[in-house]
Amino acid sequence: MHRQRTVKPADPTAIAAVRMMRLYVVGGAPNSVQALANLERICQQHLQGPYQLEIVDVLEQPLRALADGVIVTPSLIKQSPLPVTQVVGNLSDPGQVLLALGLPGNSP
Amino acid sequence: MKRVDPQPLAKMATGIGGFDELSGGGLPRNRTTLVMGGPGSGKTVFSLQILANAARQRDESGIFVAFEERGHEVIANAATFDWGLPALAEHPIYILDAHLSPTVIQSGDFDLSGILAILKAKKEQMNARWVVFDGIDVLLTLLQDPILEMREIYRIRDWLADSALTAIITAKLDRQTVQGTNYGFMQFMVDCVIRFDRRLEYGVPAHRLQITKYRGSDFASGEFSLSFGPSGIEVAPPEPPQIIHEASTERVSAGFARFDAMLGGGVFRGSSTLITGAPGTSKTTLIGKFAEAACQRGERTLFVSFDEGADQITRNLSSVGIDLHPHLQSGVLCMYSGRTEARSAEEHLIKLRTLIRDHQPRCMVIDPLSAMAKAGGIGAARAVANRLIHLMKDSKITVVISALIEGSDPQAEATDLQISTIADTWIHLSYVVRSGERNRALTIVKSRGTWHSNQVRELVLSETGPMLTDVYSAGGEVLMGTLRWEKEAEELAKQTQRRVEFERKQRDLEFATAETQARIKALERDLQRQQAELALYTLDGEARALSSSEREEQLRRMRSADRVIDTDPAVIPPPPDPVTPGDACGAGIRKRTREAQ
Repeated sequence: MHRQRTVKPADPTAIAAVRMMRLYVVGGAPNSVQALANLERICQQHLQGPYQLEIVDVLEQPLRALADGVIVTPSLIKQSPLPVTQVVGNLSDPGQVLLALGLPGNSP
Repeated sequence: MKRVDPQPLAKMATGIGGFDELSGGGLPRNRTTLVMGGPGSGKTVFSLQILANAARQRDESGIFVAFEERGHEVIANAATFDWGLPALAEHPIYILDAHLSPTVIQSGDFDLSGILAILKAKKEQMNARWVVFDGIDVLLTLLQDPILEMREIYRIRDWLADSALTAIITAKLDRQTVQGTNYGFMQFMVDCVIRFDRRLEYGVPAHRLQITKYRGSDFASGEFSLSFGPSGIEVAPPEPPQIIHEASTERVSAGFARFDAMLGGGVFRGSSTLITGAPGTSKTTLIGKFAEAACQRGERTLFVSFDEGADQITRNLSSVGIDLHPHLQSGVLCMYSGRTEARSAEEHLIKLRTLIRDHQPRCMVIDPLSAMAKAGGIGAARAVANRLIHLMKDSKITVVISALIEGSDPQAEATDLQISTIADTWIHLSYVVRSGERNRALTIVKSRGTWHSNQVRELVLSETGPMLTDVYSAGGEVLMGTLRWEKEAEELAKQTQRRVEFERKQRDLEFATAETQARIKALERDLQRQQAELALYTLDGEARALSSSEREEQLRRMRSADRVIDTDPAVIPPPPDPVTPGDACGAGIRKRTREAQ
């Protein structure tokens, strides 16, 4: 499972601020499935601008995950804008995820 | 879950001194071993040392998953050991930095399936045989749910069971709760459990190791000491239950001739001799003399002293004529001076074991063994002393040990370390205070399997070394010091007097003999003279008788008185000489007498 999902921004001027994220998962492991669902929901709800999400399956690319310093799954790394932040877990707590992504948390 | 268990249980040697003996060959192959222990008890060193040994000795590669420390910290910390880990790192030992950065934000539950997938790939890439999970609790506590933690541990177990790796998992053990904080169940899950402990015994840190579980294998179940040396952990292995020592009949000099004579010709090769005594009874001197004698025979010797520097000992011994310097320089003698304050008896034992292994001595001295009991309690020291003596017997080392006894009665006090019962020969040195003097006395309390003197002897130190004086006893006591000297002087005076008397008597007798002989000679001369006189006298008588008859004849003829027949006057003899025949005869006698004289 190696997917890239890019959401095209409605406003072309926002391209500079494109958000790049990478989510490491393990096949169909419950936490991984949950994390993917949670992340998509958070992006839909809170991400206004364009973003790029890469999903890396550790089972398929273990040595890449090793090189990227991934220890536990699921693991979300925000590469840009800087600083690089990492969130581990099934992303069930949107507040923490938004914090990591550098977004103002909306109270649910 | 399918297990790839070879039967019977195969083991992977750890290469850790002593541990492979305890565990009957090492850790179970392709199974999981749990290493539990408190902080600083040696879990990480133990695991890393096994990986390093396997890599260096058998070229087996392994993965070290560090949850607690950063990878480079692991390497830096282990650089103090002589494994050469920096050179081994990356390959054949891969250190996986699984330390979660504090900046990582957690949101919800996670699992270890990712890292296990990574490990699987890495394992296949480098054909690893070993894997160590060090400090996995650091990561798992982030789950904040014991059930989830347990689930992840079972995940690891299942993964290990399928992966044909020999695994070590370290886990923290709280001193208060012996069962371990959250990981008590792990002890049931794994095949082998090793418990490390670090505690203070009488103010001295003592490291202990215990195998509490080993499925399908025999193991030594007791608690064993371990120490950290330059090569990492060393474990004191159990002593074999059966004593198998070869008993030699070869005699080795105990130092000097008179001492050997007291022992019936020296001590047996491979035996242990205990010298007990109060401070200053010259235990060290006797020990030094034994060491010197051994070196002079060319036998490799190990001199272990406690709380006194080697340099100081050699200097002190040289004042009594024992020179160890040349033997130190030639390498026959190895001296080691240990400090007893901060180390436990166990650590000393391990150090001595290493020294014995490195120096391969035939003779060994320890001065004083009782110092080992200084730190760490008497119980441990007793056990160590016992094991030490058996260790030396196993190595066929002839050993002389000194032990300090404060009092004067060996029977009451020597049992402090209880080595007197296992020592073959026991020599006790004491002070005898009498008539204002303190003299050293040497007694052989026991000597197994040999005749030995029962005499209390005075030990005197001189510039040429220790010596045993002649025995003088008076009133059932051996005389020592000035009393002995007086007795010696008295004996000497008596002897001189006897000699003088004897000589005088001899002279008298010689004179008497000479006189008698002279008298015999004089008497003989008298006898000869008398005999000669007698002979002469007899001759003279005959001559006189003859001459008188002739004279009568002559006279008759001159007078012509009794002429019966006509006689021709022409045939008348001429008149006699003016000298009378009697005078002539007298002169002749005188002359002969003079000759006889």
